Amino acid sequence: MGRYLVRRLLQLVPVFLGTTFLIYWLVWSVPGDPFAGKCGERRCPPEYVAAMTAKYHLDQNVFVQYATYMKNLLQGDFGTTYSGRSINDIIATAYPNTLKLAVVALAIEAVIGLTAGVLTGLRRNGFLDNLVLVSTLFLIALPVFVVGFVLQWLFGVQWKIVPATVSSEMPFSQLLIPGFVLGSASMAYIARVARTSIAENRRADYVRTAIAKGLPMRRVVGVHLLRNSLIPVVTLLGTDLGALMGGAIVTEGIFGINGIGRQVYRSIVTKESATVVSIVVVLVLVYLLMNLLVDLLYAALDPRIRYE
Amino acid sequence: MSEQSAPGAGGAGRPSGRLLEVDDLRVEFRTQDGVAKVINGVTYHVDAGETLAVLGESGSGKSVTAQTVMGILDMPPGFVTGGQVRFHGKDMLTMSAEERRRIRGEGIAMIFQDSLSALNPVFTVGFQIAEQFRIRRGTSRAEAKKRAIEMLDQVKIPNAKGRFSNYPHQFSGGMRQRAMIAMSLALDPEVLIADEPTTALDVTVQAQIMDLLGELQRERQMGLILITHDLGVVADVADRIAVMYAGRIVEEADVYDLYAKPAHPYTLGLLDSIPRMDEKGQQLRTIKGLPPNLMNIPPGCPFNPRCPMAQPVCREKVPPLLQIGAGRASACHFAEELVNRD
Repeated sequence: MGRYLVRRLLQLVPVFLGTTFLIYWLVWSVPGDPFAGKCGERRCPPEYVAAMTAKYHLDQNVFVQYATYMKNLLQGDFGTTYSGRSINDIIATAYPNTLKLAVVALAIEAVIGLTAGVLTGLRRNGFLDNLVLVSTLFLIALPVFVVGFVLQWLFGVQWKIVPATVSSEMPFSQLLIPGFVLGSASMAYIARVARTSIAENRRADYVRTAIAKGLPMRRVVGVHLLRNSLIPVVTLLGTDLGALMGGAIVTEGIFGINGIGRQVYRSIVTKESATVVSIVVVLVLVYLLMNLLVDLLYAALDPRIRYE
Repeated sequence: MSEQSAPGAGGAGRPSGRLLEVDDLRVEFRTQDGVAKVINGVTYHVDAGETLAVLGESGSGKSVTAQTVMGILDMPPGFVTGGQVRFHGKDMLTMSAEERRRIRGEGIAMIFQDSLSALNPVFTVGFQIAEQFRIRRGTSRAEAKKRAIEMLDQVKIPNAKGRFSNYPHQFSGGMRQRAMIAMSLALDPEVLIADEPTTALDVTVQAQIMDLLGELQRERQMGLILITHDLGVVADVADRIAVMYAGRIVEEADVYDLYAKPAHPYTLGLLDSIPRMDEKGQQLRTIKGLPPNLMNIPPGCPFNPRCPMAQPVCREKVPPLLQIGAGRASACHFAEELVNRD
């Protein structure tokens, strides 16, 4: 296990370098002048442009630029924006907000999705089953911004249960609706995967054995059946955290949350390439680590998988 | 129907002091294609210290009967349409679910055919045995583990202590079936149902497992119901044999009587189809034809289309299972003739 972990961590290095270079290269290939409009109505003076170009190594080729960026990154320095603001600061303020939102979304989709999946998987073709099938189809089909605006209007404007937008302190109670919106599509998938998985394993021989042993139904389902059915759900949940964080841009926009989605959008518009790259690089890291975690969880859930 | 009067059967509802009795059981599977009448009035019993072998081809209903007894039949599509399953004289089919659950494992336990799929792949073998002591007996974790190791020891698994924390896939087929036996015997059941316990094993291991089962059955004075399609397995261990065909018992007899003088043409066919050393090189004898489609069982005796002795009466009247001597019964219009021939 230890050796496997080391090997997997080493594998992360080339993947990390490859993905980050790709992003770096893509962002820098976007046409446009970062200094257009930086100096008000007038064009920026050539001295300023020359100084900035030198400072940010804009005259170098992309490989050198990437290498410089990486060298600083490894020392924990994401660099600065063109206006001189530390990107570390931007990340430090934006990431916790998005992470908080994504974790709430993940928790909501895990609890509701799994419960719905287990209940309907055990009792297929009932009223609840049909209700869940229809409502999940609904959630999958609806774009996030529709779900977002509808719920914001209902809860925030019509019923006034919560404020329409989330305040900057990000209290948990205000994150429930945005979390639900962000996780809604994944929640529907979780419910469906769990339902299929439970229904499939429900008829497995080992479940029959557990019943024949005279175990209470609670234990048959909660221990023997659930443990086996959880494996595909865990994959989905684990890889979803990264997707939720990356996909939070619309939800953050609707509910006025100052997260990475907003920052990335603003940075793309203002051609703040270093900021875009830095935010995405951290996101890549989240993806990679969550993937590793899922693989390790696999082995914990299914002993037939052994990593050596 | 009045056709069921097997030896020892007390008639519907009357307690008879038997340990476990199946009485005129009827089960059907309702599917989209139609209704399959899988069990059509099965009656058998087993007493303490006795081994009953239930013999039959695939699809004869022997496993479904056992699953109905255990209460692990998938319902739907399965429906019990009649009969009783009495344990200590009490009908289990009308019991509450909770009452019935308590009998499982403690009163009646079951061993399954394929131990790899019957054991939960994600828990250790030890956990799956110890679990019963913890949940059913309320023992501590440490005590449950000690007792589970004792069980593994009893079924002669070498290094039981080390094997406790192995997963099912780390066991060989024979060892896994031994673990399965240990698990089923953990709560010291009065009746053990073994559903083709050796079918998935190779021949040398088969004999070991059967010996072990026989030994444990004698030691514990359990009633053993051995479900099999293998006549060779039966001869050594069974006291009585019930032969099933198309969801009915067609013959029931002591093991010696049955082998010496079968009283049903189907049993005769089965015995004839055992490969024999003195007929080496010749074509194997088989029973011609196929078992009937259970959605459309032919009128009269269900075996009549395949029976070499079939007469017009066989196509019209269902032969009842009638007593034809001490402890034996046959469901053939010509049972007397069969037994009395030389």
